[in-house]
Amino acid sequence: MSYRPEELLITVIARLLEDDPAVRHVAVGAASPIPGSGVLLARETTGGRPRASIIHGESNNPFTDGAREIFDCAGQGRIDVFFLGGVQIDGEANINLVGTTGAGGYPEIERRFPGSFGSAYMYFVVPKVILFRPEHTRRVFVPKVDFISAPGVSDPGVHRPGGPKFLVTELCLMSFNSDARRFRLESIHPGHSLDEIRDNTGFDFDAADHVPVTPEPEPARLDLLRNKIGKEIGATYPGFAAEVFGIEVEKTERKAS
Amino acid sequence: MNFVNSVDDLAGRVGDGALVAMPPEYSWVSMAMTRALIAKGVRDLHVLCVPIGGMAVDMLVGAGCVGTLEAAAVSLGEAGLAPRFTAAIQDAAIEMRDSTCPAVHAGLQASEKGVPFMPLGGLIGSDIEKYRADWTVVDDPTGRGQGPIVLIPAIRPDFAVFHSPRADRDGNVWIGKRRELMTMAHAARDTLVTVEEVVDDDFLADDTLAAGTLPNLYVSGVAEARAGAWPLALKGSYDADRAEISRYAAEARTEPGFEAYLEGALAAARPDAAE
Repeated sequence: MSYRPEELLITVIARLLEDDPAVRHVAVGAASPIPGSGVLLARETTGGRPRASIIHGESNNPFTDGAREIFDCAGQGRIDVFFLGGVQIDGEANINLVGTTGAGGYPEIERRFPGSFGSAYMYFVVPKVILFRPEHTRRVFVPKVDFISAPGVSDPGVHRPGGPKFLVTELCLMSFNSDARRFRLESIHPGHSLDEIRDNTGFDFDAADHVPVTPEPEPARLDLLRNKIGKEIGATYPGFAAEVFGIEVEKTERKAS
Repeated sequence: MNFVNSVDDLAGRVGDGALVAMPPEYSWVSMAMTRALIAKGVRDLHVLCVPIGGMAVDMLVGAGCVGTLEAAAVSLGEAGLAPRFTAAIQDAAIEMRDSTCPAVHAGLQASEKGVPFMPLGGLIGSDIEKYRADWTVVDDPTGRGQGPIVLIPAIRPDFAVFHSPRADRDGNVWIGKRRELMTMAHAARDTLVTVEEVVDDDFLADDTLAAGTLPNLYVSGVAEARAGAWPLALKGSYDADRAEISRYAAEARTEPGFEAYLEGALAAARPDAAE
């Protein structure tokens, strides 16, 4: 069964959630249709184990106490998984969402991106943060980030129940070991190679002698995605649902009062 | 009574240099006030995005109204990067105070409580914390063994500005579950609200409505503005005009393109009502 690259990434993410019984509540932030689809898929395949909360979503959005609630909720340990990305990510899992800097460093900005959002908090308090950055190039995976929106590891004295556990890109799946401060290659997506990953990664990482190939999306998961999840994620991301699943989502009527 | 005759009267209260808090795009931005502030030619605003900015902030920056910007992020969402914000930062044309979402909320919550600061976890080791001279790291004074913690100073906006579907006859404003609007209004000295309509009702008489109502105690001015969030969504009332937002995103990529867009946006009669 043929599939789109987005569908592969969605199933990679779904497996990270399905396989871990500690995952009870997954929250997905703004502009995250692929992680969002992965969470909804995992909820489907596990018979509803992880609660899926899509922040600002048109559906699957349980929050009623304003924009701060998600952070208070995470700070209490009520959110097990969150997704973060980065304009740049380095080998110690520092993430930069602010931009690239000039020779003088911040605040001199060469290329500005939106900003750090809630990363400087969520990276500390959510136990299992999955880094998600499809573009796998040396532009993204740098030796050292220009600006640390959120650090990958902290000194022992700093209270930090959470942090990065996995990295999902268009080429591979990596895990992160915070004691060793290093990424480890877990699987290579079909059609790609270890050499290609090394060539496109600006930092060193661990890899076994024989790294497995990432399983392709199973037909049953693709069916679920295309026939059920696509429509649901389309309520929040209509552009994404139209492009990836060919679904034009009808507007849902919601009352504010 | 806190009603005023027009959005321009409301905008007239905002002087140069004011600290203005604005909600994110999912939470009822007053584009009507944004246009009125630009038309008035206000300068050197300190804009606080609560906590994320979008098209309104981008337009204010492009029009030269902003001196200092504090935000966790600024973006046009599905329409991409905020073009005038991006250009202004790359040209170092405005002062940027990079923040992170919960720090903005914490600063407003401190003002809500009338205390000078609010502690917040995380942050330590981030360059956001490193470059924020106004944030302080202390050892937890309660001795609970959680190590260093950051104190975020209270943020007291001069104005909180937003849009809402309706106000009642006494100027109580419906906010539904958009509770960040409540926090903004509690923290701000003055709250200026545009509404789709003023209805002959008393929202506080019904507990179901009252729970989602900002009482007029906190509201300094209300003006009617039909389609006042357009082209953004007024969640619960109308959807975003995605074509118009995309047109902005494309035209505002260059300064002349932005100027032309702005001229049209200020001159054009706004739609009577969005669908």
